[in-house]
Amino acid sequence: MVDLLLKVLHAFLIAGLALPLSAAGLVWAERRVSAFIQDRLGPNRVGPSGLLQPIADLLKFIFKEDVVPGHVNKVLYIIAPALTLIPAMIVFCVIPYARGMAIANLNVGVLLVFAISSLGVYGIVIGGWASNSKFSLFGGVRASAQMISYELALGLSVIPVFLIVGELNLEEIVAWQKANVWLVFPLFPAFVLFLVSTYAETNRLPFDCPEAETELVAGYHTEFGSMKFAMFFLAEYINMITASALVVTLFFGGYTIPFFDLPEGIWGTVLSGASFVAKCGFFLFLFIWVRWTLPRFRYDQLMDLGWKAMLPLSLGVIVLVAGVKAFLFAG
Amino acid sequence: MGVKTVKRPRLRFTERIYLGTVVKGLRATIRHFFGVLIDRMFRWNNKKFAITMEYPEERWDFKDNFRGAPALVVDEQHRGKCVACQICEFVCPPKAITIWPAEFEEAASDLEKKIEKYPARFEIDMLRCIYCGYCEEACPEEAIFLVKEAELVYARKQDFVHDKEKLYEMGGVRADRIRKWQNK
Repeated sequence: MVDLLLKVLHAFLIAGLALPLSAAGLVWAERRVSAFIQDRLGPNRVGPSGLLQPIADLLKFIFKEDVVPGHVNKVLYIIAPALTLIPAMIVFCVIPYARGMAIANLNVGVLLVFAISSLGVYGIVIGGWASNSKFSLFGGVRASAQMISYELALGLSVIPVFLIVGELNLEEIVAWQKANVWLVFPLFPAFVLFLVSTYAETNRLPFDCPEAETELVAGYHTEFGSMKFAMFFLAEYINMITASALVVTLFFGGYTIPFFDLPEGIWGTVLSGASFVAKCGFFLFLFIWVRWTLPRFRYDQLMDLGWKAMLPLSLGVIVLVAGVKAFLFAG
Repeated sequence: MGVKTVKRPRLRFTERIYLGTVVKGLRATIRHFFGVLIDRMFRWNNKKFAITMEYPEERWDFKDNFRGAPALVVDEQHRGKCVACQICEFVCPPKAITIWPAEFEEAASDLEKKIEKYPARFEIDMLRCIYCGYCEEACPEEAIFLVKEAELVYARKQDFVHDKEKLYEMGGVRADRIRKWQNK
């Protein structure tokens, strides 16, 4: 019973506190980094260096009138943001963010990530559909097509990891990398494919066709306002955090520190957590950095890249890794 | 017939996989990121990247010929230069200037005998003013100038009508060759 309560508390602390707070920090980082990249300053008035800007934004979102337009499908319109946010929050539960600190240490960890994270597209499609607006509908349709196309490349590009480690459990994958080598070194092509696919999966530039401001106003969340929009927004940023956490766990040794054995006890946990946060931070920065560097792909180019380049390449990497494993490391 | 087929350049393999150009682009943006970051943290970079001015604290240093709000000037003895000739009122395109001229009834001193009129009231409606500078150009006594004041913010509409005191306060002292009090 106490165990269960502790688990619930743990889950609440992560999903209810840590993830939204990091997402808020990320919004601030995004705005500041984008400003710096464009030789601007960005928000720097609310709090030190503008750090409290997301809080101000959140207050504004909360106090805005929660408008439900007359032309929408009410039920779907109201549940759509939740349908996007909840899967985004669930996915993080299997990720070991510090030593022995995953909310759920599942044997099918990575599979759960893929299963739940692809549910997020339902919220987007339903949101686009319920809005009863052409821009939103296009956004939703694009999101579903894009997610399905890149889900393939995403799933296939992790298979080499399983081939090498022989486990789906994320803790085991981290342990293997600690014992041997960070998987990014033997599997660099798979890492690149995985990274590009995560950008498409999280609807981030250069693959943000579902939002595509220049064509679709704001895509699937055009008709959403106040906290509903904030939930879509939050889901996008939490998805980014999960995606970077996954990249770090699968390819960059998770919470471990290279050439350094974590001490026993609480300090080991804290250190491992710090290492994980630092690694994640780099990939989150990369997300932002890439966003403000590359222009958006045209929709057909996106599909071309997904089906004609990423899919065959990831299949090729699988064959290569399987072949090397079968012939060179047989027995 | 009018259709012209553009021959697309054939991309090399390295160009087609994007990654090279992606890295090039990332290098360009990170240069600006760290440029601004260093500009913000240290002084030695001399603000090569962070060129944004933080408005209320930092302001433009306007040039001397900047056309801001019109104002009246006084000479070194703090005597108004305006003789209420009303040329500026006449030339003002949006009719923002209104002058109520008055005569010196009994000149207090010999100096005042040299001039006939002065403005009893002098008003410029800044909601009408278009900052064209014709008043400054027309003034024969060089008494009205466009000063560097450009941010006029008032809570009430009537405050936008600058009266004589406000105009003399904005204009300040201007020492130049025009000395109507002495040289007439």
